[in-house]
Amino acid sequence: MSWLVIAPILLPLAASAVAFVLHRRPALQRGWALATTAATLAASLALLAEVSRGGIVATTLGGWPAPFGITFVADHLSAILVVVGAVMALATAAYALADVDAGREGLGYHPLFLVLVAGVHGAFLTGDLFNLYVWFEVLLIASFALLTLGSGRAQLEGGVKYVAVNLVSSLFFLAAIGLTYGLTGTLNMADLAGALRDAPPNLVTLLAMLFLVAFGIKAAIFPLFFWLPASYHTPPTAVAAYFAGMLTKVGVYALLRAFTLLFTGDVAWTHGVLAVLAGFTMVVGVLGAAAQNEMRRILAFHIVSQIGYMILGLALYTPLALAGALFYLVHNVVAKANLFFVAGLVRRVAGSSDLDAVGGLYRHRPWLAIGFLVPAFALAGFPPLSGFWAKLLVVLAGLEAGAWLLVVLALGTGLLTLYSMTKIWQRAFWAPAPEGLELRRDAPAAMVVPVAALAGVTILMGVAVEPFLALAQAAAAEMMDPARYVAAVLGEGGTP
Amino acid sequence: MEAPVALTVGIVFGAGVYLVLQRNLLRFVFGLILISGAVNVSIFVAGRLTRGASPFVPEGAVAPPAGSANALPQALILTAIVIGFGLTVFAIVLLLRTYERLGTVRTDELPERLDDPRPVDRNGDAPAGAPRPRPMPQGGTVPRTGPSGTDARDDGEGAP
Amino acid sequence: MNSVILRTATRLLIGLLLLFSVFLLLRGHDLPGGGFIGGLVAASAIALYAIAEGFERAFALLRVRPRTLIGVGLSAAVTAGLLAAVAGDVFLTGLWWVREFEAFTLKLSTPLLFDVGVYLVVVGVVLTMLFSLEEH
Repeated sequence: MSWLVIAPILLPLAASAVAFVLHRRPALQRGWALATTAATLAASLALLAEVSRGGIVATTLGGWPAPFGITFVADHLSAILVVVGAVMALATAAYALADVDAGREGLGYHPLFLVLVAGVHGAFLTGDLFNLYVWFEVLLIASFALLTLGSGRAQLEGGVKYVAVNLVSSLFFLAAIGLTYGLTGTLNMADLAGALRDAPPNLVTLLAMLFLVAFGIKAAIFPLFFWLPASYHTPPTAVAAYFAGMLTKVGVYALLRAFTLLFTGDVAWTHGVLAVLAGFTMVVGVLGAAAQNEMRRILAFHIVSQIGYMILGLALYTPLALAGALFYLVHNVVAKANLFFVAGLVRRVAGSSDLDAVGGLYRHRPWLAIGFLVPAFALAGFPPLSGFWAKLLVVLAGLEAGAWLLVVLALGTGLLTLYSMTKIWQRAFWAPAPEGLELRRDAPAAMVVPVAALAGVTILMGVAVEPFLALAQAAAAEMMDPARYVAAVLGEGGTP
Repeated sequence: MEAPVALTVGIVFGAGVYLVLQRNLLRFVFGLILISGAVNVSIFVAGRLTRGASPFVPEGAVAPPAGSANALPQALILTAIVIGFGLTVFAIVLLLRTYERLGTVRTDELPERLDDPRPVDRNGDAPAGAPRPRPMPQGGTVPRTGPSGTDARDDGEGAP
Repeated sequence: MNSVILRTATRLLIGLLLLFSVFLLLRGHDLPGGGFIGGLVAASAIALYAIAEGFERAFALLRVRPRTLIGVGLSAAVTAGLLAAVAGDVFLTGLWWVREFEAFTLKLSTPLLFDVGVYLVVVGVVLTMLFSLEEH
């Protein structure tokens, strides 16, 4: 039981150690990464099954009782996100078989990717604020290395911005942790939930704003998003897709956790700020995308705009809204990463993903067009795909709360998303190919299978929505009732 | 005792912020180092200051004596220093590589260098016409050749 | 760097520094020291050698690639944590084997194995960075 909670972290971490030793055997590394991510997915699914059967699972390392030992907790929110992370890791490992070149493999792509996966899962599962910082740094340093691996000029230029902004965010996070410890004397999140309730409310709100800045930079919310569109289009597609899917979502997860478990004392102020930021994030992101002309840049701006919907769900802070935010998050990870995969395939087939340089793909590569249509329509919110339900839930929650302006912004953003997706469709797939465009080779199966599989997930989440919705609602119910989380960690269930 | 330390933290933090706001990325990194030092000291103060009693468990005892320093912030700071060390070294290596390939570490000049079609050679010289940066000490070693064949494909502006 | 003083001093110092790093590693459980600080001392010993004698000779002295050290160290640390499973405990629970000999008491433990892993990772990481800086 206690091992199940940390298995999704331990598997990739231990595997990366082995992959470091295998640095001369790229073929072996590739298979090893694929096998490890598959095993991680199996462990994550087992964990989710365990959580939905028996409730929140908690364990502390080394047998030290909470709140003194480092706690790892799997509630519905964490378990769902770990499953999504493992699905993305597997899809990326498969895509990387054909996408990552020998040069990058020689520089250690595979071990770094496994460290990244371990970092992401660690951030989802830890129940200790300082440990969360450590996992953030683990995934950050792996992502730094992956982003700049190979040292292409554009990669370096984008990497510098990414590294600089994320380092600042880390320092904000660390400063906030220091002040929290000074105020409460504990960093265990379950313990903090109680300690912060007894602390002076104005200081707690101040801390909440510090954490909002730190996590907001990671999650790329307005006005802290500018590093994302400046860097995400530069690395190889496999890296960019996993970044686009998971890394900002770690920030969103941290916000979800902090503003449902820790900072719920002054909801009118803290969640009011979140609501304003959510509105700006949606609109600014989608407007930025409308101005771009390269597939991956358009998609990068859309990441920002979609984060707005999730923050909106958090800001409304009702069970329906939180379920909507989580559903949106899961849908978005899958659809967004898939779009990056498709953009990578377009580059592979047509030699570029600049909309001025490609065209006619529907005529010549119809399967690729379908691979694009599914996630693109899901992103724009077409029924019966997953994005429709995600948007519906958030909008319904907004109507329930009477947040008319935000609902209008959310719907308007949906329309503009449709505009961007139609632009890509119209110019890359529908319009005749420009003079001299030669479609090179056909895409390898390793790149096509992940696209098809993720499109399948998107369709499944739209058609058979009930089980997914039930999971999201279970997670939302837990988030609205932090006492259950606290009891699982500090109560009888907390000791191993 | 906490107040003067807190004041010091504030001053160092302020100096760090001043450096972080500079256009030169090397100063930016120095600023980060200052801020991270200030943050570490602030965590130390957050554990409250005690003098002259280190938190070691004496031979035969099971707990440190009463009144000894709080060991947890020290553990946190040690972890933060380790992480900060790694991140700083990475940032410096990244800057060095950026300087070699793009010929500048000024944020306002980076985008222009990117669109400059003339290649920067591997010794870090800027394209003709651009202000020539000071040569980096090379120590007579041959720079490693990177996987240059991959760059065109991944630069984002690669022509078909 | 071609300096007789530095090279002679390095030849004397490197053995001492490496011995001192192991000393720090072994006393680290209850006293100041441990894998991290020991690893830093060992890495600086090799860095000193690299400055005095050149990076090629330092590389030859090390025999393995620094990245392999990271892998081996990480494996050792994870194994130390996993050994707790054999005893039926939670991940990272400390296990001790104490054997009394005539002259001394031998204490082996999973925390020691963990510290050895940290030592190797630190040496590996510092030297990876150092060598990659030197390549430029």
